[in-house]
Amino acid sequence: MKEVMMGDVAVARGVKLARVEVIAAYPITPQTIIVEELSEICGRGELKARFIKVESEHSALACCMGASMAGARTFTASASQGLLLMHEMLHWSAGARTPIVMANVNRAIAPPWNLWSDQTDSLSQRDTSWIQLYCENNQEVIDTVIQAYRIAETVYLPVMVVLDAFILSHTSEVVDVPEQEDVDRYLPPFKAALTLDTNDPRAFGSISGPMEYQKLKMARHEDMMGAVEVARRADDEFGEVFGRKYGIAEPYRCEDAELILLTSGALGGTAKIAVDALRESGAAVGALRVRLFRPFPADEIAEAIGDAPKVAVIDRNLSVGAGGIFAQELKAALYDRERRPAVFGFTGGYGGGDFTPEVVEKIARRALEMGKPDSPTLWEAIP
Amino acid sequence: MKRARMENELVSKGHVACPGCGAALAMRYVLNVLGPKTIIVLPACCWSVITNRHPECCLEVPVFHTAFETAACVASGVRAALEVKGDNSTNVLAWAGDGGTFDIGLQALSGAAERNDDIIYVCYDNEAYMNTGVQRSSATPWGAWTTTTPATHFKGQEKKNIMEIMAAHRIPYAATASISMPEDLMAKVERARDTRGTRFLHIFCPCPTGWRSSPDLTIELARAAVESRAFPLYEIFDGAKRRLSLDPAPPAPVADYIRPQGRFRHLDSEQIEAIQKRVDEEWLSLLRLIENNPA
Repeated sequence: MKEVMMGDVAVARGVKLARVEVIAAYPITPQTIIVEELSEICGRGELKARFIKVESEHSALACCMGASMAGARTFTASASQGLLLMHEMLHWSAGARTPIVMANVNRAIAPPWNLWSDQTDSLSQRDTSWIQLYCENNQEVIDTVIQAYRIAETVYLPVMVVLDAFILSHTSEVVDVPEQEDVDRYLPPFKAALTLDTNDPRAFGSISGPMEYQKLKMARHEDMMGAVEVARRADDEFGEVFGRKYGIAEPYRCEDAELILLTSGALGGTAKIAVDALRESGAAVGALRVRLFRPFPADEIAEAIGDAPKVAVIDRNLSVGAGGIFAQELKAALYDRERRPAVFGFTGGYGGGDFTPEVVEKIARRALEMGKPDSPTLWEAIP
Repeated sequence: MKRARMENELVSKGHVACPGCGAALAMRYVLNVLGPKTIIVLPACCWSVITNRHPECCLEVPVFHTAFETAACVASGVRAALEVKGDNSTNVLAWAGDGGTFDIGLQALSGAAERNDDIIYVCYDNEAYMNTGVQRSSATPWGAWTTTTPATHFKGQEKKNIMEIMAAHRIPYAATASISMPEDLMAKVERARDTRGTRFLHIFCPCPTGWRSSPDLTIELARAAVESRAFPLYEIFDGAKRRLSLDPAPPAPVADYIRPQGRFRHLDSEQIEAIQKRVDEEWLSLLRLIENNPA
C-alpha cells in the first residue's frame, strides 16, 4: 500500500515488517523519529519486540549484541556522535558475528555543532567489519532495511543501512509499503547457528593466540568479500517478490559516457537529474550510484565504468588529509585494473551544503574541461 | 547457620587464577547456587583470563566475553532475547570486577538498574585493576599502594560507596558478601536468584597478587575485613530497607586486617589509626541507616 512518509518512518516500518524481536536505542537528532515511531509501534502491540531504552549508544549496540547472541533479531539506530560512541561495539559486534541491523542517519560530526548530512560518521566506520548500504530515497530505505536482515543473517555480519540527514530522514515521499505476508516469505524467522544456550554451553570470545585470532579475522574477511554476492542475491530475490530492485551499484545512462559521476546516498537521485540535463545538452555524461560500500563491489563498479575515460566522484564527506572517501575507495579498486580512468575527487555538500542538480552539472562540466585531476578538489557547494 | 554444600561444581579444574585468588572462590560459590541454567556475561576483568584461553574454558555454563564497560547492558540484551523466546527461568549473570563496576561500567550498570532489568550483577571486588597489573580504581581504599598510586603517593581518596549508589536506584535487592563467609554469601545468591529485577551482589575478594599478601591468607584477610568492620556484610531491599548480616562485636582492630598486606606497608601507626577512625564512622552511619529503615 502506498503511503507518504519520512525516511525515518520508513526505517521504523521496515523494522516492523522484519519482525524484529529486540530493539535497543538512544535518541539523537536526526534519528529520533525512528525511535519515536518504533516506540509507538511497539506500544500499540503491532510489533512484539522488547524495546530497551538504554542510557547511551554504546550500551544500545552492546545490548543488541547480547540479544543477538541469545538468538533474537535485533535493531538499533543512531547518527553522528552516537555512532562514534558505538565505535568500540561496532568492532565487537562484528567480531562476535552478530547479525544486527542498524540504521544510521548521516549527520555531521562536531565541532561545530551541525545537524545536517555528512557521510563521515558512517564512512569512518569502514574498518569495523560492518556491511554498509547507502540509500537514495525513502522507498529504498524501507526495502533496504528488509534486505539488510537477509544479508546479515546469511553472512553473520552486522549491516548498517545509511540514509542522509533531513534530505531523507525528515523528507516525506510516497513509499510503497511491502505487504507483511510478502516480507514473511522473503525473510524467514532468524534461527541463529550458535547461541548462548545452557543446553549447549560454549564460551565466546575467550583469549586466543595468534593462529586462532588471524584465522577468525581472515574468515571474517572472506565472508565479508562473499557478502557482495549475498547482497546482490538478496536484492535480486527481493525484486522477484516485490517487483523492485536496486543493484549493489546502480549505473544510469553510462553507455558511451566520456565522464561518469560516481555518487552515493540521496545525491544519486540528484546526479540522475543532472545527467539528464547534461545529456540533453549533448554532453556524454553518465551516473553511477554506489549502494553497497562495504564490501566495496569493485568488479561491478569497474564494469559499469567500462571504457569511460573520466570519473568524477562526488563525496558528501571528507577524510581530512586524504580527500573524499568514495574517491579513495574507487582509486584503490581500480589500481590493479587495465582500464583505469582519470578519477576526479570533488567533496562538499556536507553540514547543510546543498548539492542541487545545477551544482552537480557544474562539477561535471569542470571535470570534462580538466585534463587531469588536481586532487582532492574541494567543491564549494552553495547552500 | 547451615553448612555450605557444593551441589553444582561448575568451575572445573584448569582455571588460571593466581594462587590464593578470592575471585575464583566467589565464582564457585555463586554458580553453586545459580546452577547450570545460567548465562554469564564477562567484561574485561581478571575472570576474562581466569577462564583459560581458547579452546579451554573452566566454566561449564555459556560465557560471552564482552567489552569492559558493557557487562550490564549486554546482560540486559541477553535477558530481553530470552524473554521474547519465553524463557524466564535462565539466570543472566553479569560478572564484573571493581574497575568494570565502580568505574568504566558504572554508566551501563546505572542504566540497567534504573530500568530494573532482570539480571544478576556481581561485582567481585579486589580493590584495583588487578588484571592489568594493579592500578588504582575508585574501589581502592585510602592509603593503599598500587602501581599508579606508589607508596610515596598512595591513594588519597576514600573508596566509592557502590552499595549506596545501587540503593539510590531502588533496585529490589543489593547485598555485600565475603568469600570468607560462604554460607552467608550463598544465602544471598539464593535471595538474589529468587528475586526479579536488577539484583546486585558486592563480593569482597582479596587478591594476593595486588595486595602483596600471602596466598594462604586470602580467607583470613577476607574474614579480618568483616570482623574489623572494614567490609560490613548487609543487605538492602528496594533501595530502602537495610539488614545487617553480621555484627562483629567487639570488632577486631582494623590493624589486624591492614598489617598483613604489603599494599599498606608504608603506612605508619597514625595513618592506620586514621583508617580505624574512618571505619568506625562508616559503621555508625551504616547502623543509623539500618535503624531508620530496618528490613
